[in-house]
Amino acid sequence: MQQRLIILTCLLLCGFGALAQFSASGTVTGTTGIALGGAHLHIGSRQIAADATGHYTVSGLAAGKVKFHVSYIGYQPIDTTVVVSGDIVLDFKLRVSVSALEEVAIQQPAGSRGTVREARIKTETIEKYSSQSLGDALKEVAGVSSLKTGSTVVKPIINGLYGSRVPVISNNVRLEDQQWGTEHAPNFDVNAAGKITVIKGASGLQYGGDAVGGLVLLEPLSVKKDTLMGKTIVDFSSNGRGGSISSGLHKGNVEGWSWNALGTFKYFGDREAPDYVLSNTGNREANFSGDVNYTTSRYEASVFYSYYRAQIGILSASHTGNVNDLYRSINGKVPSVIDDFTYDIGNPKQKVAHHLLKTAFNYHLSDNADLSAQYAFQFNNRQEFDVRRGNYSNLAALDLDLETHSAQIDYKNLLGDWTLKTGASGAYQSNFADPATRVRPLIPTYKKYDAGVYGIASWAVSPSLVLESGVRYDFSKIDAVKFYQVSRWEERGYDADFADIIYGEQSSQYLTKPSFTYHNVSASLGFRKQFHHEWDWYANASLASRNPNPSELFSDGLHHATGVIELGDLRLKQERAFKISTSVGKRWQRLSIDFNPYLNIIQDYMFLQPVGFETTIRGAFPVWEYRQTNARLAGVDFQSKFQATKHWRHELSLAYVNGRDVSGSADLIDMPPLNIGNKIQFAKEEWNRLLLELKSEWVTHQSQYPRNNFETNIVVDGVQVPVIVDISTPPPAYHLLHFYSEVKFKTLGAQTTLAFAVQNILDTRYRDYLNRQRFYADETGRNFQIQLKFNY
Amino acid sequence: MKNIKITTFALLALAAFTSCSDDDNPQIYIPVNEEEVITTVTTTLTNGGTTITLTSRDLDGDGPDDPVVTVSGPLAANTTYTGTVSFLNELDSPAEDITMEVEEEGTEHQIFFQAPAILGDFTYTDTDANGKPVGLTFTYTTGNAATGELIVSLVHEPNKDGAGVADGDITNAGGATDAQVVYPIEIME
Repeated sequence: MQQRLIILTCLLLCGFGALAQFSASGTVTGTTGIALGGAHLHIGSRQIAADATGHYTVSGLAAGKVKFHVSYIGYQPIDTTVVVSGDIVLDFKLRVSVSALEEVAIQQPAGSRGTVREARIKTETIEKYSSQSLGDALKEVAGVSSLKTGSTVVKPIINGLYGSRVPVISNNVRLEDQQWGTEHAPNFDVNAAGKITVIKGASGLQYGGDAVGGLVLLEPLSVKKDTLMGKTIVDFSSNGRGGSISSGLHKGNVEGWSWNALGTFKYFGDREAPDYVLSNTGNREANFSGDVNYTTSRYEASVFYSYYRAQIGILSASHTGNVNDLYRSINGKVPSVIDDFTYDIGNPKQKVAHHLLKTAFNYHLSDNADLSAQYAFQFNNRQEFDVRRGNYSNLAALDLDLETHSAQIDYKNLLGDWTLKTGASGAYQSNFADPATRVRPLIPTYKKYDAGVYGIASWAVSPSLVLESGVRYDFSKIDAVKFYQVSRWEERGYDADFADIIYGEQSSQYLTKPSFTYHNVSASLGFRKQFHHEWDWYANASLASRNPNPSELFSDGLHHATGVIELGDLRLKQERAFKISTSVGKRWQRLSIDFNPYLNIIQDYMFLQPVGFETTIRGAFPVWEYRQTNARLAGVDFQSKFQATKHWRHELSLAYVNGRDVSGSADLIDMPPLNIGNKIQFAKEEWNRLLLELKSEWVTHQSQYPRNNFETNIVVDGVQVPVIVDISTPPPAYHLLHFYSEVKFKTLGAQTTLAFAVQNILDTRYRDYLNRQRFYADETGRNFQIQLKFNY
Repeated sequence: MKNIKITTFALLALAAFTSCSDDDNPQIYIPVNEEEVITTVTTTLTNGGTTITLTSRDLDGDGPDDPVVTVSGPLAANTTYTGTVSFLNELDSPAEDITMEVEEEGTEHQIFFQAPAILGDFTYTDTDANGKPVGLTFTYTTGNAATGELIVSLVHEPNKDGAGVADGDITNAGGATDAQVVYPIEIME
């Protein structure tokens, strides 16, 4: 594709000289003439920086074509090729980056934004997961694992934490899609992400102060040049006998109109474990996302809309009644329901839909200052269908409408060595729990109001040292309407503490209006230091506060997925996390390493703890309640990449975390065990850019876990006999091998990539500690996957 | 000029944000009565003119209160009783009889009777559309004088073809338990 140059002034003076050694010099400035001291230049194979006045000189250039790449933070880079036949003078004028302020805030050069090293997932990697989910793609990052329900509901875990502790930010909007449930996956089509960034910890204060675990940032494709490009990915998988098709068009532009449009369909039947069909595990997805942007040199306006709709079957065998059923499932080793393969999805199942509409405006007040404003509306509907009797089987057992309006204003100013960012945000959310389900809702109807302000200052002490500090304040108020069974109300002891929120009594249920207000301060402080282009060192300390979510406050009933009665607590207060993390990286010519140890101390950490039993007419159920304790998570992530030869490459990633309940002297539940990934890659450019990849995934046995086993009675020969229900012991370690290969060629003018992959080559039987369905069935077996990708 | 644009935009955003309606849906002030909940399992045993009624009632569903179990009297030794099981939802008024639903969906339900051998034998006397037992009616032949517990379970979507299931053995039934009650039994000579 023809590279269009964006050089406004390019002075080319050819000198005379017969020698083959020439020099190039000139200045790098902004369009307004401001000198861009320290601008980065790649000239041929050389890398240099402009001096404080923007001037650069490079000598020893050979005659012939020489590539120039000039870049500076916050400006659009310039790429050009110059034919050198003498000493030359080249001046570059860089234009202010037209990307929106929020993008600038998170788009400083790779690996060097803020004072926490961020992990990126590139487009090519995201595309490999086209038929899977966001949670699967995120596992590419060392230190990110997933909490699953079956094989299609995948939630990211960052450094041992998930759910409300890991906000997902889609195109600068915080996704409000009911992340409080462990079996609620982010409502996002992975194909709509042009880039995925993971921030481990709470340092991204512009997004909120409650990212106790970390942040996932999703950004749509955006190319800052005049181009129209399209992409279609077709994917077939043998396991599930289905596939996906995703097709998108992108009109990029420097100025004027640019837009995106992307649609994705997925269709899968039952997945299969090595020995049996995982009945009722099919899924469907239909997604659309698009945006329209208008850019001038002074401002950028955009409208973005995305729609996600999914229907997900939940393993039939995971529907259990009482604790005896659970005991039989755990001890039976084989799912209690195994039917022939089908594409049909029966109950239990989930149907979710998510709409996101965003409009944003970004104004360049000057070369150094930007002001942006945005408003977003989100609507999320979640319906969960359970195995019910008679006419109720077509009626959702849970039906929640979550509506969120949010607005924010951000301001950014570059003042010499200082970068200041500040902003304010507000949100209104309403949740409606439809009583037509004829099931008492787990999450009540409520309204929530949020407001926040933040300020972040970063100071480039020297070109190699940056200090950054930020502080944020958040206000939040939640007003709920909830019915409590009188017996539950009294059992919780609420009659003493919350008598004033009762507004009536009907059918042995109290009508209550719980209302809570929270004030939170969060902060971040850190630095990054670069040593001679090879070593860099990041260190950050952050303080985050997270309010109890509706599930933690209000749950009061049987959770069918786990066969446990889960009880929230109105007395819960915010949890506060203090995290220190450091990252040391070194980049040699062929080897790069990143070493990232961290310590997260969480005061009043909210978690579910088993507290006893309750007998109902359905039999006995264990009771778990949300409690608070002081927790400590310590761990390390390590990643290395080694380009052994031109063709061979090796990558290693390792993550370990230890989670302790410090007050209760116990291990924390659901902590990812030590896992090690190894990847060997062979690439041969000449053979249609052939790429072969063998990946090994080793997940060890988690030996640090809380002992939550309980005793129950089962009937043997008509007599009740006590037995232990082992819900604690993590499954054994497992090792999987995966294969991936691709070639690229041209067909009908399109760049075509043909990929063939095999997941779980050895058809290994295994269960994963972090899969909610590990009690009921094995994980999926071998899968052959063919993917065709056209870029045009 | 530029400031006016920005201000206008900010105000528009704010207006959209604050103009959200505040009308409460009246439905949220009506409590949900769980209509499919079984609150009461009644087992009736009849022999001639004698009727013994065993009841387990749990009016708060999956709430914290335990079910209340009542048995109208002791059983006679070595006697054959004709039995029926019924399921009620007493949260509804009038109480909803769920027994009919179980009968209509007989192929998806089965009732199991578990008791130590000394209490006697249970035999199904009804069948579903496929000729498999449901257990809404049965006969119970008591043994010699003894005491023990009878467990009556209603299983939803059992594997009715499982080994022994048609004879009342729950071991291979699978499915999900919709009701499981325990009655103390006393057999007198």
